[in-house]
Amino acid sequence: MILESLLRVLSANALITAFMFVGALVWLSYLVSARLTRGQVHGSAIAIALGLVLAWYGGLTTGGNTGLADIPLFAGVGIMGGAMFRDFAIVATAFGADLGALKRAGFVGAISIVVGVVVSFLIGGIVAVSFGYSDPIAVTTIGAGAATYIVGPVTGTALGAGSDVIALSVAAGLTKSVLVMIGTPFIAPRIGLNNPHSALIYGGLMGTTSGVAGGLAATDPKLVPYGAMTATFYTGVGCLLAPSVLYLGVRALL
Amino acid sequence: MVIYGVALLSFCMLVGVFVGDLLGEAIGVQANVGGVGIAMILLLVLSNFDSRELKLSQITEKGIGFWSAMYIPIVVAMAARQNVFSALSGGWMAIVAGVAAVAASFALIPMLAHFGQGGQNDS
Repeated sequence: MILESLLRVLSANALITAFMFVGALVWLSYLVSARLTRGQVHGSAIAIALGLVLAWYGGLTTGGNTGLADIPLFAGVGIMGGAMFRDFAIVATAFGADLGALKRAGFVGAISIVVGVVVSFLIGGIVAVSFGYSDPIAVTTIGAGAATYIVGPVTGTALGAGSDVIALSVAAGLTKSVLVMIGTPFIAPRIGLNNPHSALIYGGLMGTTSGVAGGLAATDPKLVPYGAMTATFYTGVGCLLAPSVLYLGVRALL
Repeated sequence: MVIYGVALLSFCMLVGVFVGDLLGEAIGVQANVGGVGIAMILLLVLSNFDSRELKLSQITEKGIGFWSAMYIPIVVAMAARQNVFSALSGGWMAIVAGVAAVAASFALIPMLAHFGQGGQNDS
């Protein structure tokens, strides 16, 4: 009786429940960071990793495709972590960013986006071929998925790929996004990812908005506006190049 | 007033996403091209006006600062709603493709960063 009305209140105020839940998760993560890792692993990195584990659990138990948010009690997490609030918060981080740094890196930033799309596409395509795919449409779609999980299905739909291949391209893109979120804080010191300039290039090369947003949050939140700035153009460039120039290249080679 | 900051932020985001959408249609792709990036530039430009009448008050800035501070919690919520299960059950090919693409992109960062810095010193 009491439990039932508690659950009703929590579900009826989904977004507020999500604020409280995420707050508790972040608090726990910072506690773990300070006590168990002595601050070696950033609290936000732990929080993001815990979030991903919970997302996996949500997918496992409900079979849905929005992770923890598919469990009715945590539906608010879906709103809070959806594209609308994510983009709103990313834009807000630009406030106080260095306009000069953005202007100076404009050219190399643009180059990094094109290089990023082409390199991820090539690698994805090579992996597809080595796993036995020889149909140019399938190889292109999987290569596009290795760019981002939006470029994959957009390209696959444009070229008329089968739904199984499109699903694979989404899975490749999701793997990339999850790995960028988790891997960035660990690899950042080795690749010099500690200033606005390299963050702009990082955003352009990685391109997955969620991955870049999570990866930089766990590394150094001050770098977020620079990485997000270039990442936001990546999916568009990918959707432009993959079904056209890159597809023609694949068809010529296979 | 705090709402002025929140409204300014909303205005920038909506204009940016709208322009990004038009840009996507103009070049014929089914995606938003740089909407968030355009919104960020707009916010930077609007908030950097140095004239007296347009200077944001401290309380107005709080309306933007709050959302900027909410960034990490929102990203944690974003992580919790990713389709991790289907990423991991997509089979080896999808995982290998994703991992290899990330590894190659990470490896390219120092190279491109060096190239950019070099160009800057020359000019």
